[in-house]
Amino acid sequence: MQKDYWRSNLKILSILLIIWFIVSFGFGILWSDFLDQFQIGGFKLGFWFAQQGSIYFFVILIFVYVFLMNKLDRKYKEDLKKDKTE
Amino acid sequence: MDTQSLTYLFVGLSFALYIGIAIWSRAKSTSDFYIAGKGVHPIANGMATAADWMSAASFISMAGLIAFLGKDGSVYLMGWTGGYVLLALLLAPYLRKFGQFTVPDFIGTRYYSDTARLVAVICLIFVSFTYVAGQMRGVGIVFSRFLEVDINIGVIIGMCIVFFYAVLGGMKGITYTQVAQYCVLIFAYLVPAIFISILITGNPIPQLGFGDTLIDSSTYLLDKLDQVTSDLGFTAYTQNSKSTLDIFCITAALMFGTAGLPHVIVRFFTVPKVSDARKSAGYALVFIAILYSTAPAVSAFARMNFIDSVQEVEYQYAPSWFKNWENIGLIAWKDKNKDGLIQYSSGDALDGIKPRFTSEIGKNGERLVSNKANQSNKNEIYIDRDIMVLANPEIANLPGWVIALVAAGALAAALSTAAGLLLVISASISHDLLKKTIMPSITEKQELFYARCSAAIAIFIAGLFGIYPPGFVAQVVAFAFGLAASTIFPALLMGIFYKRLNKEGAIAGMITGLIFTTSYIIYFKFLNTHLNVSDNWFMGISPEGFGIIGMLINFIVAIIVSSLTKKPPDNIYRMIDNIRMP
Repeated sequence: MQKDYWRSNLKILSILLIIWFIVSFGFGILWSDFLDQFQIGGFKLGFWFAQQGSIYFFVILIFVYVFLMNKLDRKYKEDLKKDKTE
Repeated sequence: MDTQSLTYLFVGLSFALYIGIAIWSRAKSTSDFYIAGKGVHPIANGMATAADWMSAASFISMAGLIAFLGKDGSVYLMGWTGGYVLLALLLAPYLRKFGQFTVPDFIGTRYYSDTARLVAVICLIFVSFTYVAGQMRGVGIVFSRFLEVDINIGVIIGMCIVFFYAVLGGMKGITYTQVAQYCVLIFAYLVPAIFISILITGNPIPQLGFGDTLIDSSTYLLDKLDQVTSDLGFTAYTQNSKSTLDIFCITAALMFGTAGLPHVIVRFFTVPKVSDARKSAGYALVFIAILYSTAPAVSAFARMNFIDSVQEVEYQYAPSWFKNWENIGLIAWKDKNKDGLIQYSSGDALDGIKPRFTSEIGKNGERLVSNKANQSNKNEIYIDRDIMVLANPEIANLPGWVIALVAAGALAAALSTAAGLLLVISASISHDLLKKTIMPSITEKQELFYARCSAAIAIFIAGLFGIYPPGFVAQVVAFAFGLAASTIFPALLMGIFYKRLNKEGAIAGMITGLIFTTSYIIYFKFLNTHLNVSDNWFMGISPEGFGIIGMLINFIVAIIVSSLTKKPPDNIYRMIDNIRMP
């Protein structure tokens, strides 16, 4: 069961870190010039990701992580209880 | 009341508040002193972490740097926030579960080695002192400009305040003063930003105003700024001028470095539960993001305002802030074409870049410099980038109380970071060096006494750095992040996620990471500054971004060495299993 918990944890981590990489290093740096051809308001999109968007995404990512991990922790504790009663 | 008395009032009130909190939250045990008795609410810890993290550099220098770097400045914005994602996901919860006092504690226990602990202590002390030096200098600048006291007296006042609440209250005192300091600094940052956003774009939210149209036309602010900057010979504001690889590496080095900074990591030891450590990292980033998303807006406004208010203006009619900053030597003007007008464009105005003022006054009333004019361009202005945030309210003609508020905010930012760093230094000396290595027999009471002594000594040394600022402060910032990324971060990360890593691997990794990064930075930043251009860099990676290469080398060496030597003992496997579970 500990292995299952750790494996789910690693899965959550990898998915969130891939998004982390895409919004900052991807949109903000590597593909930033390409995205600059699109415009939202007065911002070129690549510039917006580099100076604003990436930061907002970082905040969202941590809270998604908190939510998913709390759920996983609860499930783990329930499984642990079930195990003991059986 | 005039600006001067308002500034005294605001700064005095905020200092009284910090001292009051310190008396209320004295530390009674080593656990109180090192980690605030693990009783800090996640939101309070988030605010304290944010204040700890946002230093004089974030508050005073960052927006100014970005104003002049344009899109290249994004490295700081992404680099100094993205590291929190790494912290929250990869380090904070596990280190909190481990449940000890310091970062070297973890490294020493996980790698069952006092040598590993010692290497970690050395990296930690180096990184922290580097950082503290910058804070004390920030305190000095604010005092000399706004309170018109001597820089040295300013530094001494700052030292006394920090001494009072760090030595008395330890982590507990620091945490609650940092909460107050966060409130002061964020208010002080947002008020002028909102005012200026309204003045320039009519939009009260700086994050949106930044992408809005100018108040009296239908042109977007950023389009106008792109046009003005390229007309003056700069790279357009929203374009990069550095190479993509270099920007990539600098951002990565700052992110991984942030996640490896001991004074930030140790904050997550103070919360009651593992789940609180995760939540707390989230709150910390929210509080940081409020300032970091405002900063690029402030930068764009400042650049626009600056160009508007000095370009082609007769020196005699230059605004008063221009002359105030010239008086303390952070702005200089050399009338290259002798027309009495200020011209600003790309390139360094003066040979040797920094102005050397003479005591003479020129025919327009300007302070003369002994530097020769740099004839390869038409730029006549030298401006220190650090002044943009402090000068911004004056440039935008905001009322006196806003200027006073900014002074109090800048002091809050500098003092809160300095206190956090000093605590980490004192804990690593009294706990890691004395208690865990040199004299394990001391009692808790004695350890607490030594902790207070080392905090006092650390404050004294930091003060000396402020009074006799080493000329290399700016250069060593690259060092702090590079070292944290190439030594501390990999040791922590692999300690949690790679069980097979043994002590030989970890020590070899940290030492190679340390040597590679240090020699690259010393070679370009200290020994051969004239060679410090992209043609000579390894793959075009600047010394600021080289920490990331050091980190990769650390990983590779650690894994190879540890696969060739014997496995860590069984109790280490059990310890890692334990910290991985909630």
